[in-house]
Amino acid sequence: MIEIKDLSKRYGNFQALDGISMTIDAGTVFGFVGPNGAGKSTTMSILATLLLPDSGIAKVSGFDVTKHPKEVRRRIGYMPDFFGVYDRFKTDEYLHFYGASYGIARSEREKLIPQLLELVNLSDKKEAYVDGLSRGMKQRLCLARSLVHDPEVLILDEPASGLDPRARIEMREILKELKRMGKTIIISSHILPELAEMVDQIGVIEHGRMVAQGKVSDIQSRLRVNRVLHIRTLARQEELAAKLRDEAHVSRVLSDANGIQVHFSGQDVEQMQLLRRVLDWEYEVVSFNEAQTNLEDVFLEITKGGAAT
Amino acid sequence: MSLKNKAGGGSLWINPVLDKEFRLRMRTPRSFVALLIYVMVLGLLAIGFIYVTTGLQDQQSGGRFDPSVSRVLFYVLSIAQLVLIAFMTPALTAGVISGEREKQTLNILLTTQQSSSAIVLSKLFSSLAFMVLIVLATLPVYSIVFLYGGISPSQLALVFLFYLFTMLLLGALGIMCSTIFKRTIISVIMTYGMTMFIFAATGVAYLLMLAIVQQSYYSGTVPPKYSWVGFILGLNPVGALVSIFEPGISKQAFLVNSGNLQGKAPIALWLQFLLVYSVVIVGALWVAIRRIRPVRRKRREDDFDAPNNGASAGEVAEMKPAEGMKNDK
Repeated sequence: MIEIKDLSKRYGNFQALDGISMTIDAGTVFGFVGPNGAGKSTTMSILATLLLPDSGIAKVSGFDVTKHPKEVRRRIGYMPDFFGVYDRFKTDEYLHFYGASYGIARSEREKLIPQLLELVNLSDKKEAYVDGLSRGMKQRLCLARSLVHDPEVLILDEPASGLDPRARIEMREILKELKRMGKTIIISSHILPELAEMVDQIGVIEHGRMVAQGKVSDIQSRLRVNRVLHIRTLARQEELAAKLRDEAHVSRVLSDANGIQVHFSGQDVEQMQLLRRVLDWEYEVVSFNEAQTNLEDVFLEITKGGAAT
Repeated sequence: MSLKNKAGGGSLWINPVLDKEFRLRMRTPRSFVALLIYVMVLGLLAIGFIYVTTGLQDQQSGGRFDPSVSRVLFYVLSIAQLVLIAFMTPALTAGVISGEREKQTLNILLTTQQSSSAIVLSKLFSSLAFMVLIVLATLPVYSIVFLYGGISPSQLALVFLFYLFTMLLLGALGIMCSTIFKRTIISVIMTYGMTMFIFAATGVAYLLMLAIVQQSYYSGTVPPKYSWVGFILGLNPVGALVSIFEPGISKQAFLVNSGNLQGKAPIALWLQFLLVYSVVIVGALWVAIRRIRPVRRKRREDDFDAPNNGASAGEVAEMKPAEGMKNDK
């Protein structure tokens, strides 16, 4: 469905993309992870026919983005990371405009737009002016806009950025529904946990290079090689911290007002054994949990793995 | 849920971008304020002119406002309107593309099925349509001229057609700058710069060249049939407009037969204006249409047509660190 080979793009002295390659099969939800400036938006802009690569090839449904941009546009729904809306439009007028821009007849749009508004939970905002919508609603409206021509592929650049937790959950639910509808989705984020739940495959990009690519479960298990545990006790925290330093698989222990932070290289079994030992020592454990893996950890782990192979 | 679509959206006459521009432009009070101010300025100019003229004539002819004076009023109004158009058109067009870019709506528009030419021309025509509305709104002011006589409706129609062409010219330059320059403020400055060049620089250049040419023109034994200096005035909108009122001005501009005006001008000023700037309009629109989207360059055909050829991207799809990252370490 999406094929990218040796794609490169340079802005002046800055190498935004440095020969990235990937393939995304039809019906796959592909998570594109990387820090700001890694090249996610550039790759997506090239796929959306908004940018030309300096070299390499990008194809959507077999159509080269540089040779057949019109065919590509027909097949993609694009939602940029930053987007504006025409403030003086009403919500349904906004969708009518884009529907007409894709050549959809008015009678067809009259049937389609209520369905789209329902999908993104904006049915009650049909008559509302776009500038009166919250950021989350605007994001959902933009998502509905990207679906107006029933594209095969959705290119969503940080669709949940700047949203409050509730709006993020709503956006996630909509994406799950789109996944169920069989859309091929390429979605970017700089927060891995945000993507982990909904994507089938993941690609990690840094400095314009694909650092790792594969199934989420593979990447996650790889990341779990070095985990951070948070332990909180009612009393004797320093004593426990000192004991933990001598434990196997523990590389580092920090103790502060928030509790004990343990850098642990064991697997689930070793983690369970550590917890059992702490309880056997009769410490009053309030909490014992694993910190969510953030992007820096991802990069750290993958880069280490790369060096080892 | 089915999201099937069919081709054939939009009206035959109004494409979606034009429709959107029409709707949104009239939903802001700014448009109505601009219209009001424009008509007021022209109306005050006409009333002021009549007041001053009748005041001057009062002592001579008892407050009469005869057709010859009304003809002068028509000229004054027409030139004032041309200057107002020169002020308004760049303001309306120089931000249409860069403004969308700044509002971050352009990228979304560019991923639709609308062609570059449809986007550029719709934006231009919607801006010009508003200018036409403004100019038509001044017709009641022109009715003062008809009240006193001295001007034929065909002259008025010609002047309005000339305005239309001038708007098209300035609008095309505005939209070209709006496409080339990322920021609206730069685009506006550049468009006003070009407008100033067309209106002021050509006029000043004509006057300077005329002074130089006239010095040498009469010193020769056999003066040429006409002077090239008229071609400079043919680039000036005011010169071209006056040549519509007074066809004889073309001969004067070209110093035909050393000024005895018996011969014919090589070309009427308005016609030269039309021909030269038609090329400029086409060129400016071509640049705007070319620049709005990235342009595909000729490149070497790659053997990537078959997705699984050789070392395809599929190989990279395996979970492994990328080559480049290894090199980095």
